[in-house]
Amino acid sequence: MREQKPKERIRNFNEVALGLTEEEAVAEAKRCLECKRAACIGGCPVEIDIPAFIKLISEKDFQGALDKIREKNSLPAVCGRVCPQEDQCEKVCILAKKKEPINIGALERFAADWALEHKVAKYELRTPNSERRNARVAIIGSGPAGLTCAGELAKMGYGVTVFESLHSSGGVLVYGIPEFRLPKGIVESEVDYLRGLGVEIALNVLIGRTRTLDELRKAGFGAFFIGIGAGLPYFLGVEGEMLNGIYSANEFLTRVNLMKAYLFPEHDTPVKVGEKVGVIGAGNVAMDAARSARRLGADEVSIIYRRTEMEMPARIEEIERAKEEGIRFELLTNPTGFFGDADGWVREAECVRNRLGEPDSSLRRRPVPIAGSRFKMALDTVICAIGQGPNPLLPRTLPDLKLDEDGNIIVDKLGMTSIEGVFAGGDIVTGAATVIAAMGAGRRAAAAIDVYLTQQA
Amino acid sequence: MPYKILDKARLNSVTSKIVIEAPYIARNARPGQFVVIHIDEKGERIPLTINDSNPKDGAITIIFQGVGRTTCRLAALKKGGFVQDVLGPLGKAADFGRAGRVIFIAGGVGIAEILPVARYARANNNIVTAVTGARTKELLILEDEMRGASDRLFIVTDDGSRGARGVVTGPLKELLDKEAFDLAYCVGPDIMMKFACGLTKQYNLKTLVSLDANMVDATGMCATCRVKVGGEVKFTCVDGPEFDGHLIDWDEFMKRQKRFVALEKRAMEYHGHKCRMPG
Ligand SMILES: Cc1cc2nc3c(=O)[nH]c(=O)nc-3n(C[C@H](O)[C@H](O)[C@H](O)COP(=O)(O)OP(=O)(O)OC[C@H]3O[C@@H](n4cnc5c(N)ncnc54)[C@H](O)[C@@H]3O)c2cc1C
Ligand code: FES
Repeated sequence: MREQKPKERIRNFNEVALGLTEEEAVAEAKRCLECKRAACIGGCPVEIDIPAFIKLISEKDFQGALDKIREKNSLPAVCGRVCPQEDQCEKVCILAKKKEPINIGALERFAADWALEHKVAKYELRTPNSERRNARVAIIGSGPAGLTCAGELAKMGYGVTVFESLHSSGGVLVYGIPEFRLPKGIVESEVDYLRGLGVEIALNVLIGRTRTLDELRKAGFGAFFIGIGAGLPYFLGVEGEMLNGIYSANEFLTRVNLMKAYLFPEHDTPVKVGEKVGVIGAGNVAMDAARSARRLGADEVSIIYRRTEMEMPARIEEIERAKEEGIRFELLTNPTGFFGDADGWVREAECVRNRLGEPDSSLRRRPVPIAGSRFKMALDTVICAIGQGPNPLLPRTLPDLKLDEDGNIIVDKLGMTSIEGVFAGGDIVTGAATVIAAMGAGRRAAAAIDVYLTQQA
Repeated sequence: MPYKILDKARLNSVTSKIVIEAPYIARNARPGQFVVIHIDEKGERIPLTINDSNPKDGAITIIFQGVGRTTCRLAALKKGGFVQDVLGPLGKAADFGRAGRVIFIAGGVGIAEILPVARYARANNNIVTAVTGARTKELLILEDEMRGASDRLFIVTDDGSRGARGVVTGPLKELLDKEAFDLAYCVGPDIMMKFACGLTKQYNLKTLVSLDANMVDATGMCATCRVKVGGEVKFTCVDGPEFDGHLIDWDEFMKRQKRFVALEKRAMEYHGHKCRMPG
């Protein structure tokens, strides 16, 4: 796929990957062997009929291809960009054994972008069933889980309102993942598509504070889906983490993406990035933070990770792009404290070097500190990207809601929580995972909510 | 759906009051809680204490000083105008109930923040004493309202143009020397809260403060508002804004409050210091 050159792109926030042209897409689609027992479908968490949509692209029926994808996936322009296809559909593509697998992600993106460019919006509404027409469903959180659940229910004819605490919908897609990887205009178009299906979106509503679940029940909502994500940032818990210049990745990325701090001072929200930035962690969140810091003018940006490249959880593509952009990798390294100047600004990190020991519960080899390896690293900005957990705000207002020991919501096979009629899915159930997994959960919950409401009627 | 400004008034040369239509917030707001206001797409999200809420009219009142870029832009809005986003009510509400003899200490625009809590204290049968202060008479706000909400009100100004001359810790010390109190509640500039807490600590008087920390989401998602309280990291937006003032690491907090000062100054310069305070 064509890309912006590293030298140019580190000076802007425009999308890095530029997509396929029509000719390229058709040519790529024609490589597909149209396997009878297509492994790729099994590799897709929402089981898109991949060979079928690829065949439609090869026949230049782009609208048909998109409709085929939309049967299973309501956010194709998003998933085409951010899904880890290399671990899913493309991994099991039969061609992967011999040469390159089909670039399924690029084709999915192509079909979705084609429709956006040609302003085609086709809403497939199932005729509302008269028994259900009055049933209304409240969706809490507008991340991929909530949006997917909303879209599916709207298609079935339910009245759906999505409640979102931020001033934009999309969850991590708008506040976390940067513009250069997922343009916000794309998320907006996908949300507009849902509005076209009749989904109502209520922004600035923090459920538990602005309105409560009980109030919504009294207001006539018959079922609920909680998709509030994993929004609570974790820190290392070492000395000095309160110093100025130390951000959680959530803060840093929210300032940059949601609040558009990269357009400061034209936009009002500031973000301060120094010359030497250390990003702790090596997942997608860490890569996004590091690459954003680079674009904001930092001279030297290092990923500081306690294991080796083999264990890094980020997508390979993002690691490669980070390297091209000059991000340094301090591997087998763990910060043990931060030290600052008299005004409270971070100046250096104290770190230890690790070696890899026996595998731990995550089946990755456990980092073991090497005795006497302590050293100092000069840093004036630190971004902590070691993970996020469940935000306890809403669960605390629901004493009957059962949580696991990490604070995630417990659901049954159908996605229902310990409170009747209240379903949940996405990162708030599984812990931080992927867009497609959250969508899958939203989809399954929609089906279960349909069954539940039908029984109630 | 933008939020309508139902009313707008200027309290003095730096302080304004706006009444915003926000029915759900008005219904659920409790004393001590705050909202986040985001004026428009280019604006910042800033926290502001809810000064009053009226569920019947679906309206909330906010009183603020035009000091930064966002508050200056807010001050320039007119009745009938709109702000794009208002989120709330946020943070924990005051819940000390019936404590007994409560002393309120507030400086500057902090007076607007203690007023709803003082009213709450009165409603819960506490005996309310209040000490309010400002630089000068013209900047002293809500005198009548504070008088109405307290059993006794002591006023100080730096220049003595209204009430006694001095700062709030003056009358506070005199009162603490003479009388016993069960609880103190203090809101004002960070340095004032630090000194007031230093003083009440000597008298072993439990003191609650409401912190005006820098925020972004205000839902517990970003941690920019973190503050160390009793050695533990707390998020001001969800664990606060009310904390035990004796447990706060004030020096660290005050350093953290300076994180974006230089950039804010740059933004003001970029926009040509356009801070005017029309009626
Ligand atoms: C920086 C970053 C990069 C990532 N990159 C990738 C990637 O490349 N590929 C991939 O597959 N995954 C990626 N992920 C993970 C993926 O984004 C998440 O797994 C996914 O977004 C989870 O979806 P969700 O719907 O469960 O929650 P979220 O997307 O977190 O959305 C939850 C929403 O609920 C709202 N909310 C919370 N509480 C309340 C409340 N009480 N009332 C109302 N609203 C509330 C929040 O504001 C938020 O908008 C990334 C995550 C991050 C942070
Ligand atoms: S303002 Fe973001 S967590 Fe408090």
